[in-house]
Amino acid sequence: MANAIANFFKSITGQQQTDIDSVIKNTENVTLVCKGCSAETSKHQLLKNNMICPKCGKYFRMGGKERIKSICDKKSCKEMFDNFESVDFLNFPGYAEKLEKAKALTNEKDAVVCGTAEINGCEFAFFVMDSRFMMASMGSVLGEKITSIFEYATENNLPVIGFTASGGARMQEGIISLMQLAKVSGAVKRHSNSGNLYITVLTDPTTGGCTASFAMQGDIILAEPKALIGFAGRRVVEQTTKSRLPDNFQSAEFLLEHGFVDAIVQREKLRETLSNLLYIHSKTGRGGKA
Amino acid sequence: MTPYEKLKTARASTRPTGCAYVNQIFTNTIELHGDRRYGDDAAIYSGIGYLDDDMPATFIAIDKGTDLQSRLAKNFGCPKPEGYRKALRLMKQAEKFHRPVVCFVDTLGAFCGAEAEERGQGQAIAENILEMMGLRTPIITIVIGEGGSGGALALGAADKVYMLENAVYSVISPEGCASILWKDSSKVADAAECLKITAQDIRELKVIEGIITEDFDNFDKMCKSIRHQLKKDIKALLELPDERLLDNRYNRFRKLGNFDKIDK
Repeated sequence: MANAIANFFKSITGQQQTDIDSVIKNTENVTLVCKGCSAETSKHQLLKNNMICPKCGKYFRMGGKERIKSICDKKSCKEMFDNFESVDFLNFPGYAEKLEKAKALTNEKDAVVCGTAEINGCEFAFFVMDSRFMMASMGSVLGEKITSIFEYATENNLPVIGFTASGGARMQEGIISLMQLAKVSGAVKRHSNSGNLYITVLTDPTTGGCTASFAMQGDIILAEPKALIGFAGRRVVEQTTKSRLPDNFQSAEFLLEHGFVDAIVQREKLRETLSNLLYIHSKTGRGGKA
Repeated sequence: MTPYEKLKTARASTRPTGCAYVNQIFTNTIELHGDRRYGDDAAIYSGIGYLDDDMPATFIAIDKGTDLQSRLAKNFGCPKPEGYRKALRLMKQAEKFHRPVVCFVDTLGAFCGAEAEERGQGQAIAENILEMMGLRTPIITIVIGEGGSGGALALGAADKVYMLENAVYSVISPEGCASILWKDSSKVADAAECLKITAQDIRELKVIEGIITEDFDNFDKMCKSIRHQLKKDIKALLELPDERLLDNRYNRFRKLGNFDKIDK
């Protein structure tokens, strides 16, 4: 089904889709150090373990493609809208260099990956933000891609699963970056009005304008354990209020306690949970197209 | 004026605050308090009144206060989640009665504090933006001083947005930008320049519909001209079928963004 839609979409818009599996393989031969216990583990090993440290259980942050691959059916994942690139239209000091660096580091053009995939045969549209790319700050490209995937999902009656992670708006794009929040919100609203499901999975760290827009607009809001989720930065709050905040401030657990997320889901259970949610919201309650 | 001078002008304590505009532009106003969920945030002055004999409207104004006591009570115009939720309550009420909504924005940003986070500052702003994008009644926003980031956009997802000639609108405070990017908060003037925050720059970027000339010495005259513009805009917007109104609002934001599209 995904392929049929993809080909149809390609034929009407010229939008090409890229097979994600082939791209990830190139980066598996590296060793990563855990920020929790300093243990060294190969990326290959970590990927098998959902990017969780086998020694201490700490969650590594995941790249966009790794993330979607870790939860969807094999070979079901197709990337879309991957032909947008950020431009330094304000001539902001250092922006062009930062973009080049981030591109080289991640092999991506910007901070979000969008497309379609399936879980247990249940098709959905997705966006995954990648905090390795300039802290997944949100600029024109990110706004355009997420808006486009919501429009595509609305047109094709697909649920959207969004993995959020962001340091906030991309200030190098000035006011235009702020406007992306309204632009995406408009597309979320249309998708919602069409009766389709939107699930957000808040991952470490989801902050600033991301929290103040589409991260918090899901019908169902899930979060990863211990993920940092908040609006104002912890340091800023501490400096402004001249007080020390509790250790769990702005953690996923803190948000659950205060009523702002539906559930905290461990990575090992994420695919199963999402599958369940997709099935419950499909027309028959038994999967297939929602 | 340099952007930094404009920033200081926009923040000047001598500028008229949100309440002053509402009281000068609207007649027969009734303030409506509270978010019906937690409390009443004095940073947002909101209610209903008349723009004209046959044009009732809802007003939502961020107000910074005029003396120390009122500034403290209003957190210097930094709304808390209950403030944004009060605004949303009034917008939904306006939608029910198909009354236009006029917002006045003047904030450094949403209130920054532990209790605001506990009560979901991000969620409150997110919900406002989402609901405004689907609100079936006209919304017009005027940035009268500072338009500070998400805290301003929570009242800014409108059909038309205007700025006063010395107002600023920014994705982050120039102080915050300087401190994050250059680890040096003394570079505020540079940040103000780079961020393109002045009404003239924002207009150039096609984010607002127009700039309103300031004439604080003749404030009543200035407000009369604002009222005239509001009435003209609202009359035109009220003539549109709801679907057209919403499509236009959608497209107003849909087209904002600068990027390269690579052909494959």
